[in-house]
Amino acid sequence: MSLLSYLINGISLGSVYAIIALGYTMVYGIARMLNFAHGDVIMVGGYVALTVVLSYSTNPLVAVLVAIVVCTVLGIVIERVAYRPLRGAASPLAVLITAIGVSYLLQNVVLLIFGPNPKSFQSVVPFPDLKLAGGTLNISAETIVTIASCIVIMIALTTFINKTKAGQAMLAVSEDKGAAQLMGINVNGTIALTFAIGSGLAAIAGVLLCSSYPSLSPYTGSMPGIKAFVAAVFGGIGSIPGAMIGGIVLGVIEILSKAYISSQLADAIVFAVLIVVLLVKPTGLLGKKIQEKV
Amino acid sequence: MAMLEIKDLEVYYGMIQAIKGISFEVNEGEIISLIGANGAGKTTILHTVTGLLSPKKGSIVFEGKDITKTPAHKIVGLGMAHVPEGRRVFAEMSVYQNLKMGAYTRSDKDEIGQTLEKVYKRFPRLEERKNQLAGTLSGGEQQMLAMGRALMSNPRIILMDEPSMGLSPILVNEIFDIIQSVSEAGTTVLLVEQNAKKALAIADRAYVLETGKIVMSGDAKELMNDDSIKKAYLGE
Repeated sequence: MSLLSYLINGISLGSVYAIIALGYTMVYGIARMLNFAHGDVIMVGGYVALTVVLSYSTNPLVAVLVAIVVCTVLGIVIERVAYRPLRGAASPLAVLITAIGVSYLLQNVVLLIFGPNPKSFQSVVPFPDLKLAGGTLNISAETIVTIASCIVIMIALTTFINKTKAGQAMLAVSEDKGAAQLMGINVNGTIALTFAIGSGLAAIAGVLLCSSYPSLSPYTGSMPGIKAFVAAVFGGIGSIPGAMIGGIVLGVIEILSKAYISSQLADAIVFAVLIVVLLVKPTGLLGKKIQEKV
Repeated sequence: MAMLEIKDLEVYYGMIQAIKGISFEVNEGEIISLIGANGAGKTTILHTVTGLLSPKKGSIVFEGKDITKTPAHKIVGLGMAHVPEGRRVFAEMSVYQNLKMGAYTRSDKDEIGQTLEKVYKRFPRLEERKNQLAGTLSGGEQQMLAMGRALMSNPRIILMDEPSMGLSPILVNEIFDIIQSVSEAGTTVLLVEQNAKKALAIADRAYVLETGKIVMSGDAKELMNDDSIKKAYLGE
């Protein structure tokens, strides 16, 4: 029974990675850049939700919605101010370095406002835990909500991309910006929309992550951010189902390693798996051949 | 007044001047060919007209409206479609989705449906393969898709960049027949081609480009009989 319980926890953690990885992979697919500040947007989402809950003691759902709105706007602003001016810069490294700079900026602004001490996060999930198999299998409500959110997001995003005009425009821009413009697609607008969606998802991931692991500090986003990036590469960067599969596989490997091998070595094992996958299949599980820019 | 009027156009790639002061015009209903060797600046001109590149000097006026500084994504809505060099279809999207992208700026579903039927009628092979990914089509089919996609915007003028490139002689003939029939259906055509013989054969007028300058222009039939053109471009 414990294996099953670890698996479920792994899928739950992996769902968070997957939601974050979607942001990485969509932005990479469309803007061809690695947004290393993406992980810190998660952390901002966590702080916003926490602040709303503590200051207004409202329905936690309201806090989540506020976090989504704030992060969506934050994503658009970051893209507009920090990345767009560098698009078409001589070296793609310029925007990569800027992304790292934005990451530190977000961490330090939050540090300035909220201080360095971890804050204890109140779960936004108001349901009781689920006890199965006569009480031997205990699944937390957070776990269930996280996995369910991940499934809903995946379905919604796939539908959005395949069924709406804006979604099709995103696909077109990811393939060929010039040809997309000739169709009448506003490339800058589409990239901004991608950042908005990715950052909104990051807010959800932040709230879910902090609900399951209720300690929030200015650095909370960096490790999940890096792991989600690994998940995106693992699944094939630029591929949405790839991000999903990559995230979940990564979460399961991490939890199983912690349970059966060593909790200190878990992260090392995760990265070792990535290296092996990339050696065997350099484009990741579902990745296509792409021209590497960074 | 000409439908499309290009005046004193100068375009640079960094420090290198690609277009050195070019003026030409396209009248409604015409087929105009720009011919010239590789690197003469033909593609650069088309890219500048549709806003993918911006000129350093000069003006581009379409139907009386100055579009010199109009961003690329606002051009197609004005009635000007561009079939880019190398087809550039969206390989990961189906034929149908590609065609729908061509109508991106239009909103009337019924009218889009009618245009789609017209495009399928003109290119029956696209209808047969409508659910196939565009990347799996042959070169000729991709060219047809690129043209069909451009026609989906219901343009009054269509710019075509090397539509015959890399195609077998039979397909080249087919493509030129299609260009002619598009023109007969009322769309003005600005054609860029290395296949000067074919391009002159269907054109009303033509401009000959050499390293960023127009060196000759005039009636296409007359140019075909010009000795220097015959020697340099027609291989006679």
